Amino acid sequence: MNRHDFTLAGAPLVALGSGALWWPGQSLLCVSDLHLGKSERIARRSGTPLPPYDTRDTLTRLGGDLAQTNARVIVCLGDSFDDIAAADALPEEEKLWIARLQAGRRWVWIEGNHDPGPVEMGGTHLAELPVPPLTFRHIAKPGASGEISGHYHPKATIRARGRSITRSAFLADRDRVILPAYGTYTGGLRSHDQILSTLMRREAIAILTGHNMHAIPMPR
Amino acid sequence: MLDLPEQIAAWFSSRGWSIHAHQAAMVTHADDPAVLLIAPTGGGKTMAGFLPTLADLTNTPHDGMHTLYVSPLKALAADIKRNLRTPVDEIGLPIRIEDRTGDTSATQKKRQRADPPHILLTTPESLALLTSYEDAPRMFAGLKRIVVDEIHALAESKRGDQLMLALARLQTLCPDLRRVGLSATVEDPQAVARLLARHPDPCTILEADPGPVPDIAMLTTNAMPPWSGGGGAYAIPAVLEQVKQHKTTLIFHNTRAQAEIFFHNLWLANDDALPIGIHHGSLDRQQRERVEQAMVRGQLRAIVCTGSLDLGIDWGDVDLVIQIGAPKNVKRLVQRIGRANHRYNAPSKALLVPANRFEVVECVAALEAVRENALDGDPRGPGPLDVLCQHILIAACAGPFDANSLYTEMASAGPYRALTRAAFDDCLDFCATGGYALRAYDKWKRLMQRPDGLWQLRDPRNAQRIRMNIGTIQDADLLKVRMKRSRGGKPLGEVEEAFAASLTPGDTFLIGGKIVRYEGLREMTVEVSRDKGRKPKVAVFSGTKFATSTQLSARILDMFLQPDWPTLPQHTADWLRLQRHLSRLPAPGRLLIESFPHDGREHLCVYGFAGRNAQQTLGLLLTKRLEEIGLNPLGFVSTDYATLIWGLDAPDDIRPLFDIEALRNGLDTWLAGNAVMKRTFRASATIAGLIERNIPSSQKKSGRQAMFSSDILYDTLSKYDPDHLMLKITRQEALRGLVDFGRIEEMIARVGDRIDHVRLERISPLAAPLLLEVGKVPIKGSGEEQLLQEEADRLMQAAGLDH
Repeated sequence: MNRHDFTLAGAPLVALGSGALWWPGQSLLCVSDLHLGKSERIARRSGTPLPPYDTRDTLTRLGGDLAQTNARVIVCLGDSFDDIAAADALPEEEKLWIARLQAGRRWVWIEGNHDPGPVEMGGTHLAELPVPPLTFRHIAKPGASGEISGHYHPKATIRARGRSITRSAFLADRDRVILPAYGTYTGGLRSHDQILSTLMRREAIAILTGHNMHAIPMPR
Repeated sequence: MLDLPEQIAAWFSSRGWSIHAHQAAMVTHADDPAVLLIAPTGGGKTMAGFLPTLADLTNTPHDGMHTLYVSPLKALAADIKRNLRTPVDEIGLPIRIEDRTGDTSATQKKRQRADPPHILLTTPESLALLTSYEDAPRMFAGLKRIVVDEIHALAESKRGDQLMLALARLQTLCPDLRRVGLSATVEDPQAVARLLARHPDPCTILEADPGPVPDIAMLTTNAMPPWSGGGGAYAIPAVLEQVKQHKTTLIFHNTRAQAEIFFHNLWLANDDALPIGIHHGSLDRQQRERVEQAMVRGQLRAIVCTGSLDLGIDWGDVDLVIQIGAPKNVKRLVQRIGRANHRYNAPSKALLVPANRFEVVECVAALEAVRENALDGDPRGPGPLDVLCQHILIAACAGPFDANSLYTEMASAGPYRALTRAAFDDCLDFCATGGYALRAYDKWKRLMQRPDGLWQLRDPRNAQRIRMNIGTIQDADLLKVRMKRSRGGKPLGEVEEAFAASLTPGDTFLIGGKIVRYEGLREMTVEVSRDKGRKPKVAVFSGTKFATSTQLSARILDMFLQPDWPTLPQHTADWLRLQRHLSRLPAPGRLLIESFPHDGREHLCVYGFAGRNAQQTLGLLLTKRLEEIGLNPLGFVSTDYATLIWGLDAPDDIRPLFDIEALRNGLDTWLAGNAVMKRTFRASATIAGLIERNIPSSQKKSGRQAMFSSDILYDTLSKYDPDHLMLKITRQEALRGLVDFGRIEEMIARVGDRIDHVRLERISPLAAPLLLEVGKVPIKGSGEEQLLQEEADRLMQAAGLDH
């Protein structure tokens, strides 16, 4: 099953295997930490020429989710670009690609720590977006509720019969959901990490992404 | 021609020593552009390598560096410094001798660059780093000789390729440089000579008297070897008895895990409390040094060890070598045997301990090969391009370069003598812009061409990053193991990351002969505590597994042709006779395949004799083919000689399974997504400078977003740029090493269509031990998802979260 249904603050939500969050009630698709232009930034800063195909891979997958859900609203939860210069440096072709994805939809860029200012790209730029009963922001605020955030790139590990399988994961409890990173060139932070263990309630679950999705008690 | 100066000759006679013929020959050939000396251990090989240097320095005072000595081991460089100091002082030569390795202090290193010693002792990696500095021409000015020790070991790995590229650079700086290689016995001296000499210079080969034939036999035990496994635990009483009868025994194992388990068991049975130590590459340096020192002082009766003791250092009074487990490779066996009895002209004594019934056959075959002095080895093929890429970047660190000159220089290195200009240009393009079909990095090129045509680093600050990542040894996956609550305490050693990931707190494992309990992972360190138990729950890290050599495998097949086996122990001969009676024995030039039902499942046993890694790859490819034709394979297990596959249905015709084109196709398509291919890619991408192991600490961030796995890069490249240089290199590397597809090709070529399919009613004697082997591979695909679902359900239920 390539989806996991759950509710947050009474709103029925669907975690998708791709790492996107789908809110059918608002026809809203939310993705986090796209890190578009990451390979360009790495080349600029360290000289290491990684394969420059990450942006098209991320956009291809995003296009797939948009086609499948036919979402009317899309919220990019911050760190959509690896930095502001990377956004400016996107090849014309990839900028047009984003514009095509945006056509006919409401598109919201939430600010992240990597992309704190507005970028020259269509869509609305916001520090956070309230859509009652939920609020979309980049970094989770302790004590908040009904909150959808990203930033931490969570991943979780299951050990089964001597094998350990690690996948990027949604973390969810009754106050919040933390989305996994959607970008192709992104690593992950283990759910064991102190920050995540403190942030999430004891009964939090981790929903592993992938072709089949698996929900487990959040490993800590 | 150079005569030996009187002072040196006098020193030899004052010691009561006469100069060996090969030592004198080294002096005679001092002016040859390249000399390869092949001599057994204990033959005064190192002295032979340095004699021309000492003679020259005695006759002619020299300013600056005269001779560079390179060895594969840091410890060897330090050891040589000590051993060379004594004769130099006694002869009265005013010579400065210093070593330079990863352990040398920064101040010392800086001073060495400003004021180089006459003789510098170093490693291939430290030398590569030295050639990357802008002031390399000044440091090496006047260099006359280079001595490469243990070149037979370097010649088998990328460390040797790296060294030869560095030599090519030195030769450009110092055109009259003379090269000397010191080697243990090898099967093909010409091949090593071709690596050493500047192409197309000739290389003189000098062979010392190999000494007396070794005294080598199989250890007789009261207990019979088990049907499978690799521990050799059954032989512990017999081994202990041998240790008691000898002064110092080296007990070699093929893997670190087996060494740990054997040491643990040996210790439990050591009622006389004989001093016994353990030594392998995963142990912490200080621990290893403590064992080495105890050994030099003659305080140890035995050392359980692995390949980490294969090389060079003089261990004093070793009078017995025991090899546990089949030697896999005759050449390495001979070199190991040479570790016993360092006195020249005394026979080395060695005992082989087969770990299981099949290895009895392999040991007997290896003994015959040793007696016939038939050494094995596979030609390595042309120098790998990942190392070439690294050296292009190293050249750029040293200063602007001309592409034509650099190509000429690199093509003069032995391993790269067949390098085409096109292949070089591909590597240069990769270093400059990544070499992608999508030309994305015009603005942020790593290397750029200046108006005058020379290439240079776009950002000179990148030199630091490149220097930090020099080297070809892959140790990135190792995590340090440390006692919990001993901050700054000494690490116990290292384990593989994959092994650490499989541990759950409370699991116990062996390291350095101690049982420890896994507590947790803290900032890339495995924290453990002492455990009082006698039996570890989990075996240790897997370590390197050698595959049985092509030649030794062929010898075993030849043995199977014999009408009977008088040289084999009774139990093993009985076993082979039974196999011949109930089925048939594998034969040279043919491929035996047995199929039979067992335990409610269909089994297929393929006796490919292609070595462990290739048989493993064959298992992956065959099960994939079986899945495609709907025969529902469930799993397989591989050894050096066979692969056993089990599943639901029996195939009618097995010939199509062995179509080489179909298998090759499987390598390109399906196997391309396999974890071993990804590991192969990671190794090459790291060497070529696409992935950095080390990042300057000033640029280290929280690391969270910065780190993503090399598997992602591999998948992305395969998807968008399948013809990229890095993927070509990965496919090339897959012909050997972990994937070892070259051995599969060799097997298919060897058997052609001579495939014998024997249908049996039940399992055959030769196949039965395979069922007991560890390392069974379940077929992935739906398997992993099922596993995940089961575990997820169980966890949710246990936590009361399922609704």
